[in-house]
Amino acid sequence: MSTYVDEYVPLEKELRSKRDAGKKLLIPYLTAGYDQDWIVSVEAIANAGADAIEIGIPFSDPIMDGPTIQAASQRALERGTTPISIFSELAKLDVGVPLIAMTYCNLLFHAGFERYLGWLKDGNIAGTIFPDLPLEEAGEWTELANRAGVANIFLVSPTTPTLRAAKLCSATTGFVYGIGLMGVTGVRETLSNSASEIAKSIKAVTDQVVMVGIGISTPSQAKSVVRDADGVIIGSALVKILLEGGGPAHAFEFVKSIRSAIDSL
Amino acid sequence: MVESLDSYDFSSGGFGEFGGRFVPESLVAAVSELEVLFRDAWLDPEFVNQYKEILTSYAGRPTPITRCNNLSDSLGIELYLKREDLTHTGSHKINNVIGQALLTQRMGKTRLIAETGAGQHGVATATAAALFGLKCTVYMGAIDVERQALNVFRMRLLGAEVIPVTSGSKTLKDAINEAMREWVACVHDTHYCIGSVMGPHPYPLMVREFQRIISEESRPQINALLGRDPDYVVACIGGGSNAAGSFAKYLESDTILVGVEPAGGAAIINGTPGVIHGMRSRFLQDEYGQLEEAQSISAGLDYPGVGPEHAYLASLKRASYYCVTDSMVLDAFQRLAKSEGIIPALEPAHAIAWVLKEAGNEIPLGSSVLVTLSGRGDKDSETVARILGQ
Ligand SMILES: Cc1ncc(COP(=O)(O)O)c(C=O)c1O
Repeated sequence: MSTYVDEYVPLEKELRSKRDAGKKLLIPYLTAGYDQDWIVSVEAIANAGADAIEIGIPFSDPIMDGPTIQAASQRALERGTTPISIFSELAKLDVGVPLIAMTYCNLLFHAGFERYLGWLKDGNIAGTIFPDLPLEEAGEWTELANRAGVANIFLVSPTTPTLRAAKLCSATTGFVYGIGLMGVTGVRETLSNSASEIAKSIKAVTDQVVMVGIGISTPSQAKSVVRDADGVIIGSALVKILLEGGGPAHAFEFVKSIRSAIDSL
Repeated sequence: MVESLDSYDFSSGGFGEFGGRFVPESLVAAVSELEVLFRDAWLDPEFVNQYKEILTSYAGRPTPITRCNNLSDSLGIELYLKREDLTHTGSHKINNVIGQALLTQRMGKTRLIAETGAGQHGVATATAAALFGLKCTVYMGAIDVERQALNVFRMRLLGAEVIPVTSGSKTLKDAINEAMREWVACVHDTHYCIGSVMGPHPYPLMVREFQRIISEESRPQINALLGRDPDYVVACIGGGSNAAGSFAKYLESDTILVGVEPAGGAAIINGTPGVIHGMRSRFLQDEYGQLEEAQSISAGLDYPGVGPEHAYLASLKRASYYCVTDSMVLDAFQRLAKSEGIIPALEPAHAIAWVLKEAGNEIPLGSSVLVTLSGRGDKDSETVARILGQ
């Protein structure tokens, strides 16, 4: 591609260079504040070989999330978790991999763009994901965030028409988030065929890093997806372990098992 | 019909700064398709005729206007009711559902899902599903499943599956969340039949258009009685659909438009701008933008947000919004029953309560006041009996 690497925001530069070096990528997700140890879990996940970590900022009405992440969010909110408490805890952390803040767009609008950007800076956040902020409504935020070096990641769904997928791929920074199945987040027994399909169809329209998430729960599912995708995002399966009291040690083992699976391709 | 669509900015999908289409990417194609389909259908005389024919032969339209003789005397105003309680299934919700069921057929989809608070929209959706041979699943907060048990039974009798929602506050807002989640998974064969003027574009516009029939009928009806428009049109506000339909034909007139919210869920009066449930509107939310729980005796108004058109009308000051307390509503519920022989649903009892309080105060004596009686009170009799200790 003709674009100079220096034009990429830092998150994108890092992920692209790993991908271009032939590495498969892993981005685990966890909900911030689900218990007092959550920061220790973030460290454990980083040590287990994550390439970036998605930090879920709990929202009261998470319409893209299934029962597991709903429960984690509710628990976090009941513990008094707020965006400010999360970002100030993250400020003290240095795990050596980029962090991405995932939440719903009302928190962004309510804070105001400048203030939210300030919080992101405090928390050393490299990118944002808002699953309910569509392309048409995201222009101003994307521009502001990118100018500040923060990636704003768009999602592409199995129902996204090709032309629109191309637009999303050129608007996204950091990577493209391919939605692995039609549904909300959650652990699934079997991998949907659409997970590989979405990776292939996005690859056909972009040279962006293509990560696939939603409904990927096991090492073998992850391995199967990265045959077509550049990497996987694993959320509910990890959050489930943490909610069931698995703690940082189990989180470490689980993420490590995914890491080995995708590295063994 | 065309006149009303022209005044709406399709490109922004909004009412001024409010509205929009804040949905997950997996739903973008479906809401875009719905927008085009609705616009085509609503400009197609055949569709409109079919819709109106069903409302006449099946749902019992037009509904009459009743003058409240006893209350008019005692309050010193001219009080009229637009009788949506007399429609089939007992509330205005049927008007919207017939329209959306017809669209579902036109799309070739085979299943309806809906959220419901009081159960009236759920019953209406289950009814339309039975009529049109569609499958139907209704999401209802677990608390509402208890307090509106009669409607749960009716929905099941009509062949619908009712799923109690146990997340969050276990009321209407959580039922909406759950219906949205299901829609993301089943959008290929399922239409989400939203019950009020809320959600992503085109729902606020589409549902308003399907409820426009209320004022399309009431304006000539009240003009025949009074020889002019009423001084006031008053309606209760949950998401705001009966109010939006009641206001539509009077927007360009001198009639004073009043929306009445529950004190514990007054999103226009006490809310702030936000983006939740697919729309930019006003919501009760905390300092970070977390949605707060509403608290109302009426399950149908127990929602911490409001449709974007009302946020817009409030910002223009074209409509005025007030709130009333649960105890005022209980008084109004009983007073309408005793003085006129009409048992209202708790939702429109809010509109009545505001009139009872303001007649001779905010409402000058001698004024003509048209209240939309959006539904009948059978579903609430148990709740009220329990509160009154009877
Ligand atoms: C009889 C009745 N009126 C009003 C409402 C509130 O809805 P809306 O504000 O959309 O008219 C409901 C909702 O359940 C209802 O059942």
